[in-house]
Amino acid sequence: MQKIIEASGISKKFEATQALKEISFEVNEGEIFGFIGPDGAGKTTLFRIITTLLLPDDGEIKVLGIDAITGFKELRKNIGYMPGRFSLYQDLSVEENLNFYATVFGTTVKENYDLIADIYSHIEPFKKRLAGKLSGGMKQKLALSCALIHKPRLLVLDEPTTGVDAVSRSEFWEMLKKLKQYNITIVASTPYMDEAMRCNRVALIQNGNILSIDDPKKIKEGFSRKLFSVRAAEKYRLINSLREYPETLTAYPFGDSVHITFRNDSYNDSIYEHLKKAGIENATITESEAGIEDRFLELMSK
Amino acid sequence: MKEAVITVKNLVKKFGSFTANDNLNFEVYQGEIFGFLGANGAGKTTALRILSGLSSPTSGEVIVAGYNAKKDPEKIKKNIGYMCQKFSLYEDLSTRENIMLYGGIYGMSKTLIKRRTEDLLTKLNFREYSDRMISDLPLGLKQKLAFSVAVFHEPKIVFLDEPTGGVDPITRRQFWEMIYETADRGITVFVTTHYMDEAEYCDRISIMSDGRIVALDTPEALKIQYGAESVEDVFVKIARPKP
Repeated sequence: MQKIIEASGISKKFEATQALKEISFEVNEGEIFGFIGPDGAGKTTLFRIITTLLLPDDGEIKVLGIDAITGFKELRKNIGYMPGRFSLYQDLSVEENLNFYATVFGTTVKENYDLIADIYSHIEPFKKRLAGKLSGGMKQKLALSCALIHKPRLLVLDEPTTGVDAVSRSEFWEMLKKLKQYNITIVASTPYMDEAMRCNRVALIQNGNILSIDDPKKIKEGFSRKLFSVRAAEKYRLINSLREYPETLTAYPFGDSVHITFRNDSYNDSIYEHLKKAGIENATITESEAGIEDRFLELMSK
Repeated sequence: MKEAVITVKNLVKKFGSFTANDNLNFEVYQGEIFGFLGANGAGKTTALRILSGLSSPTSGEVIVAGYNAKKDPEKIKKNIGYMCQKFSLYEDLSTRENIMLYGGIYGMSKTLIKRRTEDLLTKLNFREYSDRMISDLPLGLKQKLAFSVAVFHEPKIVFLDEPTGGVDPITRRQFWEMIYETADRGITVFVTTHYMDEAEYCDRISIMSDGRIVALDTPEALKIQYGAESVEDVFVKIARPKP
């Protein structure tokens, strides 16, 4: 399998902020590789280095087998990049933007239309509309079409789904999946843990460090404790009370329940007594499977 | 009997021939965490603007914190708090200055502002940041502060517009714990979000599609009703966005 990205020891500093700390990773051909981490983790800095827009202070990086520092001219022809901020021309129409990007890369919309047909068809009825007047979901589809129109071998998407509703997000990931047939490798970032499961492999990134790289299922399985969900009507009191329980190791709110781990990986009836003292009567406790977010929390607190 | 702090009856909002809110009916209760969901363009922002006194309904009755949205929008504004994703804080003022500014805007007395500012700085463990510019604060701290500022004048309701985007999982949970604590104090929390796992934290949620409310219940009840594993599944099943 060909390596599409090989990065080793990448560091980058902005004044006092160490944005990336000796990051190493590899991306294989044809995979969807996700960088999952909060704002400020270093995702955008890393993507700017991958796309040759920024030089690392230290470390080596090869993209498509080419040195990203010296070979940037060659590389740029083969990379499609969708920045986090909408960066198309707001005062050009949908169609004009697409033609512009095709021309810049020395191709035509017609030549690679197959590749974008599935995505572009959603916005084609509005092709005369100015890009600045599109809704969020439509902007995203246009930006993806423009990033793809020169048939890049590597597609780099910086937070493509931030601010987009759940239905559009789901559609977007389906579109990315379909690009596999064209053998386009995709690197995408997101602050949202649930999107990790859409990727073939993910890197969890925090404060400029990679905490873990693996198949998202394996990352979940890496959770080292037995996890339990506790439910009760009084959520706020429940969390506080669980934290005061002597056997509790960690307790985090997770939607309608509290995810908890115990020092001995088990609990006994004393927990119900403890909760009763805080006025919580009908708590239910069930063992549950750890999700990727549970594992992220565990890795963060190490 | 639960006390309603928001009552919406037959709310219609039109922009020319376009109906952004098409006959909305719902109530939100005191101390409740209410999630207001919908696809992009479903009409959430329009409704939120009306509920917060920034826009007037075309027809229907909207009562927020005891005041009518059509007749008394200014009184509504005084009795609610608001925080949006863009952060309603001034980047070039310090933490303390921001808190004091908001206290002043809401007409709180100087002594009360002073006392609560000190309480808040202690509670947030913000002493070391009290004289730093907002622009120097990490994102997670900004969010916590923006939320605290939004409830600084002890409003009856606080509106949170996409509040927790982009923070790490620990910070996000600390933020939700602040929301729980606020609701426990009796302040109603009205949240809009795109992220369905966030919706799971709410007591009840409504889902808007094409200007209407198409579902309203507890997350648990909606999951059962639609045979779905998560609120996300419910949402994908019923909220088709417009192109």
